Amino acid sequence: MSEEIKWTKESDMPLMAMSMGRMTVNKTGSWRNLRPVVDKDKCNKCGICWKFCPDVSIKMDAEDYPVVDLEYCKGCGICATECPKDAITMVKES
Amino acid sequence: MKYTIPAEEVMCSGHKACQGCGAALAMRYALKALGPRTIMTFPACCWSVIDGPFPYSAVGVPLFHTAFETAAVVASGIRAGLDARGEEDINVVAWAGDGGTFDIGIQALSGTTERNDNIIYVCYDNEAYMNTGVQRSSATPWGAVTSTTPARHFKQERKKDMMAILAAHSIPYTASASVAYPEDFVKKLNYAKSIKGTKFLHILASCPPGWRSAPELAVQLARLAVQTHVFPLYEIHEGRYFRMSMNPKKKPITEYLKPQGRFRHLTEEQVADMDRMVDERYEYLLEQAERSKPYFEDKKGN
Repeated sequence: MSEEIKWTKESDMPLMAMSMGRMTVNKTGSWRNLRPVVDKDKCNKCGICWKFCPDVSIKMDAEDYPVVDLEYCKGCGICATECPKDAITMVKES
Repeated sequence: MKYTIPAEEVMCSGHKACQGCGAALAMRYALKALGPRTIMTFPACCWSVIDGPFPYSAVGVPLFHTAFETAAVVASGIRAGLDARGEEDINVVAWAGDGGTFDIGIQALSGTTERNDNIIYVCYDNEAYMNTGVQRSSATPWGAVTSTTPARHFKQERKKDMMAILAAHSIPYTASASVAYPEDFVKKLNYAKSIKGTKFLHILASCPPGWRSAPELAVQLARLAVQTHVFPLYEIHEGRYFRMSMNPKKKPITEYLKPQGRFRHLTEEQVADMDRMVDERYEYLLEQAERSKPYFEDKKGN
């Protein structure tokens, strides 16, 4: 569902505006100035960072550690602020 | 891992919200609670942009972009259509910002509420017309700076008490929720889903660009709004019976005001004024909750 939708001729277009694909085509990772980095030694696997991510870009891996999806993370820093163990630090993107 | 809110994601990444958007977070929790069998209507509001341009969408459920005034009636119409087809298990949600609820959409909302159509109306309140460039709305709190109420002429009027207006319609369920308390948020939506009639949810959604605060503080500010009693979390059942969802010990109001650029100009006396207004309102709510206690004891649980 996430691939870009392209039309070659007008008759391919729907008759009225409708949703035909998902916004996952829009890679918002390029908005980011600061990148969250997870320190696995400090992490207590509480999932608070997952809970408060407005961009749905934190997933929990098989061992329950958070993994940041850098294709979509906008670098707001909520995860780093909310982390009770300070296991997430924001690092400047080069 | 044990999840305290549903793990299923209906909303997808890639939406066009600003960094640290409270409204995007609110939508994520709402869709977790409501599930994919939901139809939404959006008037002109931040979410009509966040959702993305044609032919893409971020919410993952069918949605209808409506005119600014008509979120509630379009939802009523969709409900009537679904009922005619016998599809009564689908949730119909009108999702509007504070401009589309407090100012422009209030007559349509009032009509829907009066007919008691079976919809959920969610107002995510970022306290100004953020989408068009931070103009003041009737949801903007006293003292705030917006582009139409600059610091020398900051907003002199109080925030409209929308919950009381809705409660005056004898609406079955009205509740306020905050993006900083997702468990409470999901619980309230689940309750709204389980009863018939018009349900209204008032959500404080922090807005870093409009509030002139840092994006990483978005959730913390929403939490401080509850902890300083600026935005109390409570429910009103049957338009008459109040219940506080939480009653935290009051923190100094400056903790909430300081990180926000929109309150930077306030003098100490003005902050004290604001504190007094907040306390007045909170005391009123506590009194109402005290009066309503017998009702909730009878109901047991809910």
